[in-house]
Amino acid sequence: MSVAKTVLTIGTAAFASGVFALSALPANAWEPSHPIEIIVPAGTGGGADQMARAMQGIITKHNLSKQSVVVINKSGGAGGEGFLDVKNSKGNDHKLIITLSNLFTTPMATGIPFSWKDMTPVAMMALDEFILWVNADKPYKTAKDYVDDIKSKPDNSFKMGGTGSKQEDQIITVALQKATGKKMTYIPYKGGGEVAVQLVGNHIDSSVNNPIEAVAHWRAGKLRPLCVFDNKKLDYHEKIAGDLAWDSIPTCKSAGLDVEYLMLRGYFMPPGVSPDAVAYYVDLFKKVRETPEWKKLMSDGAFNQSFMTGDEYAKWVADAEKLHEGLMKEAGFMAKTN
Amino acid sequence: MLEDIGNLFHGFAVVVQPYNLVLMVVGIVLGVIVGVLPGLGGANGIAILLPLTFSMSPTSAIIMLSCIYWGALFGGAITSILFNIPGEPWSVATTFDGYPMAQKGKAGEALTAAFTSSFVGALFAVIMITLVAPLVASFALSFGPPEIFSVYFLAFCSFVGLSKEPPFKTIASMMLGFGLGAVGLDQMTGQLRMTFGMESMLNGFDFLIAVIGLFGIGEILLTMEEGLSFRGKAAKLNMRVVLQTWAELPRYWMLSLRSCLIGCWMGISPAGATPASFMSYGIAKRISKRGRFFGTGEIEGVVAPETAAHAAGTSALLPMISLGVPGSPTAAVLLGGLLIWGLQPGPLLFTEQKDFVWGLIASMYMGNIVGLIIVLTCVPVFAAILRIPFSVIAPVILVFCAIGAYTVHNNTFDVVMMVVFGIAGYLMKKTNYPLAPMVLAIVLGDKAEESFRQSLLGSQGAFSVFWSSGLVSTIMTLGLIALFWPLIQSTWTRLRGSAGEPHPAE
Repeated sequence: MSVAKTVLTIGTAAFASGVFALSALPANAWEPSHPIEIIVPAGTGGGADQMARAMQGIITKHNLSKQSVVVINKSGGAGGEGFLDVKNSKGNDHKLIITLSNLFTTPMATGIPFSWKDMTPVAMMALDEFILWVNADKPYKTAKDYVDDIKSKPDNSFKMGGTGSKQEDQIITVALQKATGKKMTYIPYKGGGEVAVQLVGNHIDSSVNNPIEAVAHWRAGKLRPLCVFDNKKLDYHEKIAGDLAWDSIPTCKSAGLDVEYLMLRGYFMPPGVSPDAVAYYVDLFKKVRETPEWKKLMSDGAFNQSFMTGDEYAKWVADAEKLHEGLMKEAGFMAKTN
Repeated sequence: MLEDIGNLFHGFAVVVQPYNLVLMVVGIVLGVIVGVLPGLGGANGIAILLPLTFSMSPTSAIIMLSCIYWGALFGGAITSILFNIPGEPWSVATTFDGYPMAQKGKAGEALTAAFTSSFVGALFAVIMITLVAPLVASFALSFGPPEIFSVYFLAFCSFVGLSKEPPFKTIASMMLGFGLGAVGLDQMTGQLRMTFGMESMLNGFDFLIAVIGLFGIGEILLTMEEGLSFRGKAAKLNMRVVLQTWAELPRYWMLSLRSCLIGCWMGISPAGATPASFMSYGIAKRISKRGRFFGTGEIEGVVAPETAAHAAGTSALLPMISLGVPGSPTAAVLLGGLLIWGLQPGPLLFTEQKDFVWGLIASMYMGNIVGLIIVLTCVPVFAAILRIPFSVIAPVILVFCAIGAYTVHNNTFDVVMMVVFGIAGYLMKKTNYPLAPMVLAIVLGDKAEESFRQSLLGSQGAFSVFWSSGLVSTIMTLGLIALFWPLIQSTWTRLRGSAGEPHPAE
């Protein structure tokens, strides 16, 4: 159980930092002189891609930048391709990369030579939540029902579907195994949407989909959320499925499953960029956060709207890396060093 | 049902608003351009244009974007037929007979057949979507990993033994394709395979790079060797060719119907348009009386894959709207668009967003009709490209190939790989190794591997999972029959004692 506790305990503290001011900014600050590139270290249509493209749309629509924004997917090697590209673009003030947990897991699992320390942290835009889902036809009403059933059956009786291998979904699965004391069969799929549909079709027993990936099936009465892997309930009260809202979902901890995990949706830049450029992007992202489109995206996906910049962000990332290292080692997911 | 028809007419009313019609034409033209440029592809094209649509209403936006999709589906056939360079994965099978037709001076016929078949396939799929959408959605849900693997298995089986080359060369070529397809990240374990520590190998060998090189560059090298001339000079340049081909097409109604059914089925199951086109081509070759001439420029060899690819491409949109799972990369980008416009794809979209869903379905009808008219009027223009002297057109093709290869991953290493594949393609052609099995293996190999391993993970390693339900057993059995069809056929002939017919052993 103690391991489960080590799973990312990420913070509410972040909310306060939303007002983190950049009033010290000089009057005629740095401006981009040609189009801004956003690298997405994942495929088209995924969560990071959606966020990057939504931001591209928001920046264009509200004229927040004089230069246009270009989104480029570099998903090779579990995103390693994108990270290496940014690492090797030293001093490029017009390049950003949006990250997900593969920022930590990819170098650890594959041995691709990079670390977040090779890049310049810019800002955390949000944290993505994870929820334990089962098919609505199954008798489990609470996480406890499900866990009790897992415990009463032999190892590998239950199939957990998730996105990718040795990444966030499998890390959570390993933590669940620790908490229940039983092994589950983890089946990796390409994308979260696919996982949700496999669960609707009863080809797997549960999933840990992000809210936005499974919400449509919840509303249609096909899937049931059991608990959220956060230390507090989600902060969205609008009714979604019948009488239930996001904040009706109990935390996994309250259901006796002491597992917490949140995924970073944040931006980095190449090494050696000018501090003025970083300040420009932080300011740009703040403007993005004020738009109605962004707020809608946040509430649709039930995101944790933490916003961090500067040293606070860097410290958060450093802590998160340590936690991932512990989890990956524990799970035996680290690449063998030759 | 009646209510649905009413909704559909309401959808038409939305679509024929002048503003939406203009967007439709713009979308089709952009789509054709995107489809013609190898490497750019529908998915990239839509992803680039997506942000432009955020200020439109969702219905107008989806009309324009889905028209780009239709345009790209049409456009993919053009370069396949004229230059042997498939712009999209599902156009590969179109090159097998389309390019030989163009070489014989029948580019106009091939293009007309391809466009018309595309239209027929798409129309069939749209009618199906209109009538049986809810039913179909539940069918798609029954596809787990074993079912998906069985579909790929069937695609491979119906394609094996098709080539005119010796079987061992076919197998060697296919195995090489599997090997190349395995380079990069292994989805199942998260480990890198066969990258030899090289950063540029992380991505593996993208199918498009391989195809642009093997087919496009390889072909240019061959033509250069043979004396710098295109053999398509005799292409007719008037609209009569369109009408003449149309007069010929109704003869193949059985073939079209079969290809439509294959396409719809593959589009709804998450396998998609590429296996549909290969499978349809393979089965057409088996069944057709002129099967042994396939590969030398048979019009049936163009009709079969194009019909199936479009039926699949169109019906792939259905799982996207009703389940939120895209049946193709392009559908995946459209899906992202839905979310940004504030629409939630899923079972409730049909009841909550009637305007949008029926507008989209109506735009499928209208978009394909408008698209067909646009591309057909351009047939003479496309065919005329072949009249340009080779010494002028070859460098242009090379530049487009290089741009295409670069666009796939924005990576210059891919351009180098394209040239390497080009030389490999040239050598393989000279030594009579067939290219198609290799390409098939690169395109579908990793997906088949993935679903195979997912199935075995779920069953704890028991192979019985592939015969565990009616659906998967049926598809697997069909696959085995397809694989051993030549044997079954010859045994059958021998049993009947009719030794008179010389069997085209391949």
